[in-house]
Amino acid sequence: MVTAALAIAALLAGAAPAAAERLIASLTNHHVMITSNYTGVELVLFGSVERDAASAARSGSYDIVATVSGPREPLRTRRKQRVLGIWVNTASRTFVDPPSYLAVLANRPLEAITNADNRRKLQLGIADTPLPELINNDIGEVSNDPFRAALVRLMRERGLYSEEANAVTFLTPTLFRASIKLPAQVPVGDYTVDVKLFADGNLVAHTDSAFEIVKVGFEQFVVDAARDHGLLYGLATALMALLTGWIASVAFRRD
Amino acid sequence: MQIFLPIADIPVNVFLVLAMGLAVGFISGMFGVGGGFLMTPLLIFIGVQPAVAVASVTSHVAASSFSGAIAYWRRRAIDVTLALTLLAGGIVGSAGGVALFTWLRALDQLDLMIGLSYVTLLGVVGVLMVGESARAIIRSRLGKPAELRRPGSHVWFHGLPLKLRFKRSKVYVSAIPVLAIGFIIGFLGAVMGIGGGFLLVPMLIYLMRVPTATVIGTSMVLTFLTMVSATVLHATTNHLVDAVLALILMIGGVIGAQFGAHAGQRIRGEWLRLLLGLLVLAVGMRFAFQLVVRPDDLYSIRVIGGGL
Repeated sequence: MVTAALAIAALLAGAAPAAAERLIASLTNHHVMITSNYTGVELVLFGSVERDAASAARSGSYDIVATVSGPREPLRTRRKQRVLGIWVNTASRTFVDPPSYLAVLANRPLEAITNADNRRKLQLGIADTPLPELINNDIGEVSNDPFRAALVRLMRERGLYSEEANAVTFLTPTLFRASIKLPAQVPVGDYTVDVKLFADGNLVAHTDSAFEIVKVGFEQFVVDAARDHGLLYGLATALMALLTGWIASVAFRRD
Repeated sequence: MQIFLPIADIPVNVFLVLAMGLAVGFISGMFGVGGGFLMTPLLIFIGVQPAVAVASVTSHVAASSFSGAIAYWRRRAIDVTLALTLLAGGIVGSAGGVALFTWLRALDQLDLMIGLSYVTLLGVVGVLMVGESARAIIRSRLGKPAELRRPGSHVWFHGLPLKLRFKRSKVYVSAIPVLAIGFIIGFLGAVMGIGGGFLLVPMLIYLMRVPTATVIGTSMVLTFLTMVSATVLHATTNHLVDAVLALILMIGGVIGAQFGAHAGQRIRGEWLRLLLGLLVLAVGMRFAFQLVVRPDDLYSIRVIGGGL
């Protein structure tokens, strides 16, 4: 009986058998609404590490790595080249469903938290996140690819990809918080938050959470109308133009 | 005050966009052009995707040209037959332009095509306008009388079949070149997000010998009709018309146009043409510069499958 209960507890904790820490995390908000005055938002991730009698004694402190990833959509990276004196897009690579938003938040540099082997295995950090490309109807990873580097760099410049070594703050040795910055241009959709707890360079527990970004009210109405009823939407816009023009001509009539 | 544009997917400052509408409206009212050739680049400059900018500006130009057309209608300065014949060509041209637009977007070459068309078109038209108006100014400075346009000299394409009488303009010419001009204007309007007034007016005056009295009003009617059809076509095929953006631009545009028209009446015709020519040339040069100078970043990214 007792062993069964312990086994279930271990399963619930989702942790390696040797450790018995439990990781609990929650977001301040699970629905981000895009309204007409939306200019980006900041979500806060709160969490705590729960220890019990069975927890192994830790010599060092805990480390947290939280990975937020947004909806996936195919993306093309293009490179310009000079052709007959002008700059033209000549080469391009198609990336198969990379995350449209990727934020890796940690309390100190990933290199200090765990070794390269673990980072690769756990896909920790932007450099170790797989971004498969479409190569002649085949899907594969290309190492040292300038197109991949350009994709990451451009996404970073837009604030869509980020890796921050000081975004997670430990308030007490077991209580932490992290802020997730969502710039205005983040795409709508479902986002996942994967939180990993490390101790002495090893993964000891993990948990996940999710939130969604939705357009609401008028914004959603316009998007739906434009996508699903293109003709009506076009006619309505045209009518609006004629009405505006007519009102102006009446309001400013001089003759 | 920031407002989030639902289709362009970016927040913009309402007052900035309104001011852009006012400024471009002022210029368009002053010179009697739609102003699309200025508005589209400005929107691209503040971060709107070129495709959304082109598609949304069409409805802005529709609004400003409609208010202009009403004013000319009251003065009976519109040749309806001519406008409708041009429109027939214009609708086919718009459809072709929207199709090309969609195709180029898929090929990743839309931005290049928009840039190249701007350079070519604005460069050529700008040089011609500056040259013509400068000559006119020098001539009047020297005290010579204004050059008289040779009256009614027939060109071969006036004699093509399908002759039509355009009563109010007092010309009797083949419908074929008129349809062709309509096609070109509609095509360029859809691809470049311009009304084409600055092209249509000289074409009608110099090629078709239409008197100046009816040219501007007729051009405004055609502009608003082709821009209305381009708006509807863009909305149905590419779903890229941002109605919120368009509305802010329109409001600024129609108000600015009223003040611009007032200012335009105080400046002499050739000086007005010189100013417009220089403006057209400057915008063309800006695009040329962008194409020729090595870009800051050789790489760019695009989400596949529409802007939504």
